[in-house]
Amino acid sequence: MNRINPRKALLGIAAPVLALLVAFLITSLLLVLFGDPVGEVWKTILSWPRPRQLVQIINEATVLYLSAIAVAVGFRMNIFNIGVDGQYRVAAFAGALFAGQAWFPGPLNVLLTLIVAMAAGGFWAWIAAYLKVKRGVSEVISTIMLNAIATGVVQWLLLKVAVKQPGSNTISTEPIPESSQLEGLALIPGATNKVYTLIVLAVAVGFAYWFVLGKTRFGFDLRATGQSESAAVASGVKVPRMVVTTIVASGALAGLIGMPLLFGQDHSYGTTFQAGLGFAGIGIALLGRNHPIGIGLAALLWAFLNIQSNALQIQAGVATEVVNIIQGTIIFAVVVAYELIRRADVRLEQQRVARELANAGQGTPAQEGAPA
Amino acid sequence: MKEHPLRHATKLAAVIATAALGLSACGSSDPDPGTTTGSTGTNTAAAGEKLVVGIAYGVGGRGDQSFNASAAVGLDKAKAELGAEFKEATQVNGEAQSATEERLQQFVDAGATHVIGVGFAYAKAIGKVAKDNPDVAFAIVDDASPDSTAPNVANLVFAEEQGSFLVGAAAALKSKTNTVGFVGGVGVDLIKKFEAGYKAGAEAGKAGTVVKSQYLSQPPDFSGFNDPAKGKTAAEGLFQGGADVVYHAAGGSGSGVFTAAKAANGLAIGVDSDQALTAAPDVRDIILTSMVKKVDVAVFDFLKNGSEGTDLTGVKTYDLKAGGVDYATTGGNVDDIKAKLDELKAQIVAGTITVPTK
Repeated sequence: MNRINPRKALLGIAAPVLALLVAFLITSLLLVLFGDPVGEVWKTILSWPRPRQLVQIINEATVLYLSAIAVAVGFRMNIFNIGVDGQYRVAAFAGALFAGQAWFPGPLNVLLTLIVAMAAGGFWAWIAAYLKVKRGVSEVISTIMLNAIATGVVQWLLLKVAVKQPGSNTISTEPIPESSQLEGLALIPGATNKVYTLIVLAVAVGFAYWFVLGKTRFGFDLRATGQSESAAVASGVKVPRMVVTTIVASGALAGLIGMPLLFGQDHSYGTTFQAGLGFAGIGIALLGRNHPIGIGLAALLWAFLNIQSNALQIQAGVATEVVNIIQGTIIFAVVVAYELIRRADVRLEQQRVARELANAGQGTPAQEGAPA
Repeated sequence: MKEHPLRHATKLAAVIATAALGLSACGSSDPDPGTTTGSTGTNTAAAGEKLVVGIAYGVGGRGDQSFNASAAVGLDKAKAELGAEFKEATQVNGEAQSATEERLQQFVDAGATHVIGVGFAYAKAIGKVAKDNPDVAFAIVDDASPDSTAPNVANLVFAEEQGSFLVGAAAALKSKTNTVGFVGGVGVDLIKKFEAGYKAGAEAGKAGTVVKSQYLSQPPDFSGFNDPAKGKTAAEGLFQGGADVVYHAAGGSGSGVFTAAKAANGLAIGVDSDQALTAAPDVRDIILTSMVKKVDVAVFDFLKNGSEGTDLTGVKTYDLKAGGVDYATTGGNVDDIKAKLDELKAQIVAGTITVPTK
């Protein structure tokens, strides 16, 4: 399984390319049906971004990458954490609240906030883990519910702690002190804005994900449980404990999603904090096939589409939501394509085995059909 | 063959991820692409500066029949009278701060000389983009906080409490139970200003009038501005509690308030637009009056000044005196008390009555 198989590699690339083509065709068809300017839409989306927009794409991808990795950790064990959305909002609020107190100086404040956010996200996910292990509640149901509860809880707490600015109608937590705000990295020449400093966090998380899942005993147990629970039990894996650990780890990673936004852009948690990142992560993890690099590419594609869509209303006179259609079609198409390619792969493999068997077993008749 | 559980999870995941995208697409309204490009300047009336306007609406956009629509009216007037060219875009719910800023920056990239943000959600973005583009004139409706303050920004705000005072007086004068109601969309300072003016007005209309208030949601939940079902439930409660006139400052939730008023044989007071003209036809007869907030006047004023080469900057308050707020007389329901209302109006304009804002 570990050897690189050229056929597998080719089929692996074929699926996303196929999905993109299908998405392109279906979206074009819809645009034509609704009488929107197809050419203008694609010209706007596919035009090369300005330096400023390149930075935005990288920043958006950073956040989406963290979200998708959080989802992927669960996927690898066949656990479906839809609660990433609620977990990251709870964690971003807790982190912003903690950082805003300025109990610690500069970078130490940043570091401790990351830990607080991971703890908050992990705790929110643990509720679902507890319900699954002790009460047999499907994590799909409980995490959806917990998303709604997160909305209410964060809203209620935000009202309690919000600082008010005279004349303003937006509310937020106390802004984090300037010494803890991360100014960003000037990676793209000619851009007025900067790449989030915490892109290093995303890279570190991606590396840790690859290492822990691929190279450690824990990662092996996790994947084994996902592939076959009974086999995992037989080889001595304590499945309930693995379930709790995995869900909590997924939630803790979800806790990091809001951190680049908090330190690099918003500097507080409030009514204008970006929403819906957890759901985007599900699609990106699927598209990236839970692979650390695949997810990175998928996150970049998603971010590219999101940022390029900003110009749609102004340049092409078409609603930004066209991009949601493209993204939705990509997800559906890619799942179908992966399945088709998996079947093709199985068929090719069966043919190969059959051929080899036929060659090897020329003299001996099939053992099974023998008895009367 | 028994299906592998992992693949099953993948399919479920695909369905949910796609549904999430689909729902977000449904939730936002079409920005009305038909009207996105403005006139080509065939009727450039004024000899002044050529106006290229970028207008960024709040969630709901040009078609919300209320707040954003009012801004669009001002824009259309500027197109007709000043020959302004314009481009429009609408905010997406829950978008990143960077996307809000990018929208404004793209107007500038597309050659806009004047950029308008409709609604306080644009406050931070206007402040930042205005600082990056000192040669472009910016305006924001409904915000005068430090967030949006810059040398090239006009903060267009309204004295909603003054208009609310007048409709409060009208409500008290018309009430037979001496009890009137208020439905606020979201519990933000802006809406509390409506409530404060309304309460003071009710007291001025008829001393001892009881005002009962109800808010539909609290920030950061802004659903109260767009949830007719909640508006209906809240208004039903107020009518059952003895109120016979209910004023709403709840944007799109107001239609529910009208429905409840109709069912309870009560009266309702509209907001922002003259709702006896814009509401559903079957409830128009129960609309006593409306607190008209002339966003169109402010938008047109900003653009007119721009076309004359003297851009507005700083806080510009549109009050009763400036004709920025008023009560509506459509339907003739307030004809009998008009004299009294105009007397109060004159006193506010003259400064003998100061209306509280909180």
